[in-house]
Amino acid sequence: MSIYLDKNSKVIVQGITGGEGSYHTGRMLAYGTQIVGGVTPGKGGQKSEHGLPVFNTVREAVEATGATHTCIFVPPPFAGDALFEAYEAGISFAVCITEGVPVHDVMSVVGATPGMQIIGPNCPGLISPGRASIGIMPGHIFKQGNVGLISRSGTLTYEVVDGLTRAGLGQSTCVGIGGDPIIGTTFVDCLRAFANDEETKAIVVCGEIGGSDEEDAAAFIAEHLRGTPIVAFIGGRNAPPGKSLGHAGAIISGNFGTPESKIAAFKQAGVPIAERPSDIPALLKKSIESLNS
Amino acid sequence: MNLMEYQGKELFRRSGIPIPRSQHCTTPEAVGDFLAANPGEWVLKAQVLMGGRGKAGKIKFATGREQGIALAREIMATPMPPNRQNPKGEAINSLLVEEKLSIAKEAYCAITVDRATKRPVAMVSKYGGMEIEEVAHEHPESIAKFFIDTAIGYSPFIGRELAFASDLDPGYRKQLPAILASLYHLFFEYGAKLVEINPLALTTDGRVIASDAKVELDDDALFKHKKFAEWHAVLPLDEDEQLATEAGLGIRNFRRFGGTVGTMANGAGLAMATMDAVKFAGGEIANFLDVGGGANAERVRNCYELVVNHTPAKVFFINIFGGITRGDEVAKGIVEALRTTTSRKVPLVIRLTGTNEEQGRKILADAGMTPVETMDEGAAQAVRIAAGA
Repeated sequence: MSIYLDKNSKVIVQGITGGEGSYHTGRMLAYGTQIVGGVTPGKGGQKSEHGLPVFNTVREAVEATGATHTCIFVPPPFAGDALFEAYEAGISFAVCITEGVPVHDVMSVVGATPGMQIIGPNCPGLISPGRASIGIMPGHIFKQGNVGLISRSGTLTYEVVDGLTRAGLGQSTCVGIGGDPIIGTTFVDCLRAFANDEETKAIVVCGEIGGSDEEDAAAFIAEHLRGTPIVAFIGGRNAPPGKSLGHAGAIISGNFGTPESKIAAFKQAGVPIAERPSDIPALLKKSIESLNS
Repeated sequence: MNLMEYQGKELFRRSGIPIPRSQHCTTPEAVGDFLAANPGEWVLKAQVLMGGRGKAGKIKFATGREQGIALAREIMATPMPPNRQNPKGEAINSLLVEEKLSIAKEAYCAITVDRATKRPVAMVSKYGGMEIEEVAHEHPESIAKFFIDTAIGYSPFIGRELAFASDLDPGYRKQLPAILASLYHLFFEYGAKLVEINPLALTTDGRVIASDAKVELDDDALFKHKKFAEWHAVLPLDEDEQLATEAGLGIRNFRRFGGTVGTMANGAGLAMATMDAVKFAGGEIANFLDVGGGANAERVRNCYELVVNHTPAKVFFINIFGGITRGDEVAKGIVEALRTTTSRKVPLVIRLTGTNEEQGRKILADAGMTPVETMDEGAAQAVRIAAGA
């Protein structure tokens, strides 16, 4: 099994007739994802360019298709509303790709939608290689296997995955949790899911400066995942304090979010730190061997 | 976006948070007119985003027209002294003329976004008037916090709990719950990421007043209030932000560090990792640059020119991982950008991988450029070139 997503997951796309939504729906279908329809208010009853049914509301889409997962491509001012709509219609897993969602909207949604797992916003989505993908990750670089991967970034994730795949280390599920200050699903949430997943035998945590997600992840690993081979990477170690670089979340303020604090936390949890993304496969193999011997 | 004090206080006023009587003035003459009409001693405060106004002599006391004009001229004559983040300081374009308070105590209160709990956190400390980071360092136990459930919102007990937990002077107790209520309203109504009153003054006659105002609005939520576009227009961008904007990038996508290895990557995470790789290879980074998606010729040229014209870069390291971005399109962009630029030429090191990488490399090779295979290799080569080896 993978986490969160497999080939039986029924997925709808909110914003399916928009440019991005339409393009990535095609890619997700080509990867094998079970996309069962989409939502665009006012275009209910039509077919998308992929021949999928379009509904006016998420409720109609869920009633007609039995979808449990949604992928959201709507513009930033409407993303919070789209998440609330998904929640009220009974969706249990929502991926919000949209970048630039107001932080208060995200805070309101995550505080009022218990039971719905939200990935993002401002994220590339997730993929269970060989089975299904929700979001915008380039499927061809992934390979099915036993490494679970969690990351705050998009292209850096691809870089790391590419290295793993070339080294023969396939992946169970890769989750891009997003680079915003407030996100629905954190490293710890993913680690908990990986801990309960039989297919996942090793984990890569791709963090970056800012916030305390990495420190929380290290604490969780120390308590629950001592026997699992895990490698961590921290991006932005040479960033100066006080300014965010690209990701709104990647900002060092005061003593919080420094690379030193994150590295120390992982070391204390017995997790080796890769100096460079290219060091990850070798470190992981070493860790797998030493824990298996 | 961070607001200036007068803008923050305007939001405080609208939200019912007590502030000193004040007048915002853009010229020394306006200050003089105001003081002529309003007898007594007033405080002239430079309106800037940089901290340390007091130490820089940019806060002064004045009485009457003549002194008001003279001191306002003096404050506005020179910019704020430079610091590491603002190497040119900051020009002073306006002043806030404010009632001089007779202060008995100074406290701190703020509401901000807490990442870990995903909730707003209200914070109160009896140590006001100093940087909260300093307080957190020296008296961490003194900062009382309450994580507010957004589904419930603010309730006055939160203010009472915080007043007692932080051991505030009893003079604050009655008024703090209402002030925090207004602060929470402001925080939500205007989509702020931080609202901070430091110091929150207790005057000798028993009033509790916001002596300063620090408000950081969410750039992604500015569309919610029309007024913010006007305010945004008068706020100074720092040099890097200004340059990024001119190059058509987001304000967070470019930052300079003074080294000789210029960098550009697609995606913030990869751009940070690219800087780390250069550092690891022993080089000094000229800049951080996230080109974003869709690296077409115009965008690549803008980025190239941004780096070679505004940093001491001796080499430009382009690191593209084509996920959705197609390698052949990026390659065309690079070739076209280099063909059309009029800026100085520096050697390029190009790492291009992912979707359509073979076609992309062929396009580069046909143009006489040799891409490298990996990020590490590219970083090492760029560092060698920058070192003149």
